[in-house]
Amino acid sequence: MQLFELRGRRQNGDRAFKWLAIGAAAVVLVVLALIAFVMTKRALPVLDEMGGEFFTSRRWSAPEGIFGALPFIFGTLYTATIAIAIAVPVSLGVALFITQVAPPRLKKPMIYLVDLLAVVPSVVFGLWGVLVLSQHFGLGRSFLTAGIILAIMITPIITSLAREVIETTPNTDKEAALALGATRWEMITAAVLPHSKGGLVGAVMLGLGRAMGETIAAALVIGSSLGQITLNAFASGNSMPAVIANEWGEADALHKSALIGLAITLFVITIIVNLVATAIVQRSTKRSRGS
Amino acid sequence: MKDLDLRAKHSWRSTKSTLMSGLMLLAVLVVSIPLVAVLWSVIDRGAGVALHDFPAFFTNEIPLVSRRAGPGMGPAILGTLLVTGGATLLAVPLGILGAVYLHEYGGTGKFAKAVRFMSMVMTGVPSIVMGLFVYIMWTMRFGYSAFGGSLALACLMLPVVIGSTEQMLRLVPNHLREASYALGATKSRTIVTIVVPAALPGIVSGCLLAIARAAGETAPLLFAVGAATAFNPSLFDEANTALSVQIFGNATSSFVAAQDRAWGAAFTLVTLTFLVTLTARVITARFALKR
Repeated sequence: MQLFELRGRRQNGDRAFKWLAIGAAAVVLVVLALIAFVMTKRALPVLDEMGGEFFTSRRWSAPEGIFGALPFIFGTLYTATIAIAIAVPVSLGVALFITQVAPPRLKKPMIYLVDLLAVVPSVVFGLWGVLVLSQHFGLGRSFLTAGIILAIMITPIITSLAREVIETTPNTDKEAALALGATRWEMITAAVLPHSKGGLVGAVMLGLGRAMGETIAAALVIGSSLGQITLNAFASGNSMPAVIANEWGEADALHKSALIGLAITLFVITIIVNLVATAIVQRSTKRSRGS
Repeated sequence: MKDLDLRAKHSWRSTKSTLMSGLMLLAVLVVSIPLVAVLWSVIDRGAGVALHDFPAFFTNEIPLVSRRAGPGMGPAILGTLLVTGGATLLAVPLGILGAVYLHEYGGTGKFAKAVRFMSMVMTGVPSIVMGLFVYIMWTMRFGYSAFGGSLALACLMLPVVIGSTEQMLRLVPNHLREASYALGATKSRTIVTIVVPAALPGIVSGCLLAIARAAGETAPLLFAVGAATAFNPSLFDEANTALSVQIFGNATSSFVAAQDRAWGAAFTLVTLTFLVTLTARVITARFALKR
C-alpha cells in the first residue's frame, strides 16, 4: 500500500516537471507570436497613412509625415550584397585551406583565429570602422565602409559553416580523384565542391541574413544620408536597422510607427532568407549523410 | 625507360594547383588583417585610457559633459553586468528546460518539431527588432531600466541556449538513462540527477558563449536601458547604461575625450567577452562530452 502511495506522489512530481519543461519550450512560440502581433499592430498607422507607397516611395521626411522606405530597403540589400561579395571568396578560401591544405597541426589554431573574430562585439567593429577605417583609409562613411565591416562580421559564420559542410566530403571521393592523377585543386573542384555545393549556398545565405540584420556597425559607418539610391559604393546611404537606431530617439507617434514598419519589413526579409538557407542546408546534409 | 618516368611534370596543372593553394593562404591572411587591426586599435587606444590611474576608469562615474577629458565608465560596467546577469537568469533556466523538453520528452513529435523550427526562426530575428519589441512590451509601460535590456538580451539568448543544450543532451549515452530507470528512478529524477549533470560542462560552455555574445549587443539596449551617467545598482528602477551603449554614443562624438572613453570602454568590453569565451573553451576542452 505504502509503495503504491509513494508511486502516486512521485508521478505527480514527474508530471509537474514535464509540464514545466513544456512551458519553457512554449515560451519560444509565445515570444515569436507576440513579436509578430505587437509589431504589426504598431506598424498599422503608417501603413494606413502611406499604403503601399511605404515600400515604393523614395521620400522619407519625418516633419512632413511622409515615409517611403525604399532607400533604406535598397541600402540594406546593397550593403549586404557588398558584404557577401567580399566575405564569400575569403571565407571559402579559408575553409578550403583549413580542411584541404593546412597541416593538421595548424588546423585548430586557425579555427580559433577565425572564431576570435566572432567574439569581438559588433559595436567595437563599428567604433573601429568609424574612427579608423573610414578616416585613415579615405573611405568615408559609405555603403562600401558598411559593406566591409559587415563582411568582417559575417566571415566567421560563413567560414565555420562552410568548413563543416566541406568536411562531410567522403574520403573515398577525394582519394578517387587523386588516384586518377588529379592535382589538389582538381580534386577540390571535382570532388569537394560538387559534394558541398548545397551546404555552401546555405552557409552564404545565413551570412546574408546576418548581414542584413546587423544594426550597430552599419548605423555607425553607413553615413545616415536620407533617400539615396545609387550604386556608387562610395556614396553615403542608410539601411533599415541603422535608420531605426538613429531616429528612434526623437521620433513622434507616426514616425515611430514608420520605424516599426521598417523593423517588421526587416524581420520578414531576414526570416525568409534564413528559412530558405536552413532548408537548403538541411536538404544537402540529409543527402550527404545518405551517400 | 623515359616513358616510365612518373615524377610530376611542372605542368600548368600543377602550377595552377599551387597557385590556388596560395590564394587560399592569402584568404587566411586577409581574414587575420581586420582581426589584428581591430585588436591593435582597441589595445593601442583603449588600454592606456582604461588603465591610466588604475582603477579610476572602472570606478568613476561617466562625466556629464562629454567633451571633458577624464576617466569614468564605472556605471556602464555595472550596467553591463546587471543587464547581462538579468538576461542570464531569465534565458539559461528557460533554455535548458526547453531543451530538456525537446530532447527528453518531445523527440520527433509535432510540438517539439514546431518549437525547434520556431527557435531557429528566432535565432535569425535581428537584434534591433528584439529591442523595439521589448520597448513596446516593457519600456512603454515601466520606463527605462536595466531589466528591459535583460528582457531583450534574454530573447536573443534563449534560442541559442536551447540549441546548444539540445546538442549536448544528444551526446549523453542512452545507457546512462536506462541504468537510472533500472534503479527505479522516475524520468524527472533521471533527467535532473543523471542526464543534465552528465551534459553539464557542455551546457555551461554553450551558455557562456551565448552570454559573451549578449554582453556585446548594443541595438536591443538602445531603447530599453536609457542613458544614465551615475551608478545605478537597481535592476528594475530608473535608467541605466551599458558599455556597448556608451561605445555607440561616444563613437560619433567629435570630442577626442569622448572618443577616448569609447576606446577605453571597447577595451573593457573586449576583455570581458574574451575572458568569458576563453572560460567556455577551457571547459569544453577539459570536461565536455565529445562526439
